Amino acid sequence: MSSRVGPVLGARRARTPRRSMFLRMLVRAAMLRRGRAAAALLAMVVAAAVTTAMLNLYVDAQAKLHNELRNYGANIVVAAKEGQSLSSETLQKVQSALGERGMAVPFAYVVARTADGQAVVVSGTDLNQVRKLNRWWSVTAWPSHEGDALIGARAAALVAPQGQAFDLSFQGRIVHLSSAGTVRTGSSEDSRIYLSLEEFVRWTGVKPSTVEIAASGSPEEVNATIRQLEEALPEAEIRPVRQIMEGEAWVLGKTQSTLLVCVLLIILTAALCVLSTLMGWVFDRRRDFAVMKALGASERLIGGFFMTEAAALGATGAIFGFAIGVAIAAWIGRATFHTPVVPRFAVLPEVLGGSMAVALMAAILPMWLLRRVQPATILRGE
Amino acid sequence: MFLRLVYESFRRQKRRKLLAGTAITLGVSVATAMIAVATDIGDKVNRELRTFGANLVVTPQEDTLDLQIAGVDLKPPSDGAYLNESDLPRIRGMFWHNNIVGFAPALPVAVELGGGKSVTLLGTYFSKHLTFGKEEFQPGVRSIYPWWKVDGAWPQDDSQDILLGEKLAAGLGRKAGDEIDIRGQAHRVTGVLSTGGAEDDQIVASLAVAQGIVGRAGAVRRLYVSAVTKPEDAFARRDPRSLRGPEFDRWYCSPYVQSIAYQLQEVIPHSHAEQIRQVAQNEGTVLARIKGLMLMITLAALLAAALAVSAAMATALFERRGEVGLMRALGAGRASVAAIFFAEALLLAVLGGSVGFAGGAMLARVIGRSIFDSQITVEVVLFPIVIGIALLVSFAGSALAIRRAVQFDPVYALRGEA
Repeated sequence: MSSRVGPVLGARRARTPRRSMFLRMLVRAAMLRRGRAAAALLAMVVAAAVTTAMLNLYVDAQAKLHNELRNYGANIVVAAKEGQSLSSETLQKVQSALGERGMAVPFAYVVARTADGQAVVVSGTDLNQVRKLNRWWSVTAWPSHEGDALIGARAAALVAPQGQAFDLSFQGRIVHLSSAGTVRTGSSEDSRIYLSLEEFVRWTGVKPSTVEIAASGSPEEVNATIRQLEEALPEAEIRPVRQIMEGEAWVLGKTQSTLLVCVLLIILTAALCVLSTLMGWVFDRRRDFAVMKALGASERLIGGFFMTEAAALGATGAIFGFAIGVAIAAWIGRATFHTPVVPRFAVLPEVLGGSMAVALMAAILPMWLLRRVQPATILRGE
Repeated sequence: MFLRLVYESFRRQKRRKLLAGTAITLGVSVATAMIAVATDIGDKVNRELRTFGANLVVTPQEDTLDLQIAGVDLKPPSDGAYLNESDLPRIRGMFWHNNIVGFAPALPVAVELGGGKSVTLLGTYFSKHLTFGKEEFQPGVRSIYPWWKVDGAWPQDDSQDILLGEKLAAGLGRKAGDEIDIRGQAHRVTGVLSTGGAEDDQIVASLAVAQGIVGRAGAVRRLYVSAVTKPEDAFARRDPRSLRGPEFDRWYCSPYVQSIAYQLQEVIPHSHAEQIRQVAQNEGTVLARIKGLMLMITLAALLAAALAVSAAMATALFERRGEVGLMRALGAGRASVAAIFFAEALLLAVLGGSVGFAGGAMLARVIGRSIFDSQITVEVVLFPIVIGIALLVSFAGSALAIRRAVQFDPVYALRGEA
C-alpha cells in the first residue's frame, strides 16, 4: 500500500508514523472492546454526574435556605433616636441603600383610647409590605378600603367583638374605623390595631419611628448592609435582630456541615467506583501491554498510551456526566425548594480535573504492578 | 465439592476477594451512615431550631391588652391579671414534658431611676433550680434564649443582683461591678446584657426582685415556653373540642404546637397558651426543606454505593473467565457454575455488609457528635435491610458478568481470547 502513495504523503507518514499509530491504537482499542470500554465510560459518567449534582446542590442549597429563613421576618431594625420620628427622607435613604437586597417596612405607633377610655396601641404601616414581610401572620382578611383597620385578636375582643365599626381618639382627634379582619401572631401584635400609614398620619400627625428590614443574603452580606445603613443614616439607630440572625447562622451552619460530610462521602464512593472499574479494565488488558513490550515498545510509550487512554476516558465521562449532573441538580432543586438550581459552570473544571486524576490513578496503579512481570509470563496466561 | 470450591476460591484469591469485599464494605458504610443521618436529621434540626427562641407564650386568661411599643411596657403593674409562679414546676408533669426544652417567666415592671427616667425592669429566671416530684431541672432564659450575651457574669436566681441592658448601661455610664439604686435598694450589676432586642434598654433581674417591686409574691405576667414540636398539618389545626374519642387521643398525643399549648393550659390554671407564630410557623417549612434535601442526597449516596459495589463485583468476575472455562471444560453445568459464583457473592455481601454496617454506625456517631453534639443511633432494624440491599446489589453486579462468562465457549476462554 505504501508503494502507491505519493512522495509528499510518504514523507509526512515517515515523519509521523508514531503519532498516527498511537491514535489508531487508541481508537481501535476502544472499538474492539466496545462492551468493556462502554462499561468504564458509564461508570465515569455516573460518577461525574453524581459529583456535579452534589457540588451544584451544596453551593445552591445555602442560598436557597437563606431565602427560606427570610420567612422569619425582619433581621435589621432602624429606629429613630428617642422621642423623635424618621423623616420621609430617611425612608428613601433606607430604600436606596438596600436596593434589591431586601425590603423595608416603616411602622408608626401611638397609644389611642377607645370610646370607653381603654388604652390601645395603634400602628400605621404599609400593609401590603407587611403581608410580604411577616408571612406568619394569621389574618382573616386584609384591609382593602379607606377606613379599614386590621385588628389584633385580643384587641378585637375589646374594640369590635362583633366586627362592627368603632371610634378611636388620639389627643382629642377622633377617627371612625371599620374592622376588616383580625390578625393573630401570639405576641404583642395581638393587642394592636393596624392602619395604613397615610390614614394614620392624617389622623395623628405622627411619623414612623421604626423601619423593619428583611435583608437577604449570607450573614456577611447582611453585616455589610448594616454597615452601609449606618453610614447612610447617622441620625438613626441601626440594630441587627440577633434572635433571627444568630438562629439563622446556627441552623445553617449545622445543615451545611452535614451536607458537606454527605457530599464528600458520596464523591468518595463515586471515585472509588470509577477507580475499581477502570483498574479492572486496564488490568484486563495486560495482554496488550505484554505484546507491545515484546515488540519492543519502551515503558514510557506504553505508559503514555495507557495514560492518554485513561485521560480521554476521564474527560469524555466528565463532560457527559456534567451535563447529566446539572439536570439532576435542577430536578432535586425543583423537588425540594420548588425553584430550579441554576447550573454552576464554575464546578466544571473541578469535575473535569477530578475525573481525569482518578482515571490516571486507575491507569498507573495496574501498570506499576505489571512493570516487573516478564511479557512472556503474561502471554502464556499465567 | 461445591463448598470446597467456594472455600478454596476465598483462600487462594485473597487479593481479589479483598478488593471486592472492600468495595462492599465501603459502599455499605456510606449507605448505613447516610440512612442513619437522614432519618435522624429531622429531630436534630428541630432541636437546633430552638435557637430561634420560645415558640409558645402563656398569658393569664383574664388579661388586659398589652401596651407595648418598641419594647417599652406602658401597662401599669396594677392592671391585668397574673399567673402563679408556684404552678410553673407542673410543666414538668405534662404529657410532652420531654419536648419542653425550657421555659422562662416574665414580669415586667416600670421603675424610676435617678433623674425621673422610667425604665422597664424584667423579672425572670436565669437558670433557676426547680424540682417537680423527684425530678430536678433548671429552666430560664439562659437555655431558651441562646443569643443573649452577657459581658460579665450571670446573676444568681436567689440574689438581688441584676443585669443592665447594653444601651441602658451606655446611657447611664454604668458597667459590670457597679451598684445601682432601685426604689431605695442597692442592687449589684453583675454584667451587661446584649440581646439585639428590647432588653437592651431594660434591666433584667430575678423574678423575686420584680415581685418585690410589684408587691405581689408569686406573680408572673407571661410565661415563654420553648418546645420541640411536630410540623403543623391540617389535623393539628382542628379544634380539640370538636374531636371525639380516639381522634382526640391522637391529637393530644402528637407533639403539635397546638396540643402542647392545650396541655400547658391544663397544667397552669386560668391561663391561655398561644403559639408565637413567627417562630412556630416557620419551623415546619425549614424542617421540611432540610429533610427533603437530605432524602435526595441519601438517594444519591445509595445510588453511588450500589454502583461502586456492582462495578467491583463485575470486575472481579471478569478476571475469572479462565476459571469458568476450565470448569465448563471439565463438564460443570451452567447452573452449577453460576451457583458457585452467586454463593461467593452472597458470602462477600454478608461479610462485607456486616463490617460495613458497623463502620457506618460508627461514622454516623462521629457525624452526630461532631456536628450536633448528640448521638445519632443506628437502629438495629436497619441491619437486615442494609444486608438485603448489599445482597441485591452484589447479585445484580455479578449477574451480567456470570451470564456472559458461562455462555462463553470454554475453548476460547482457555486460550485466553476473551
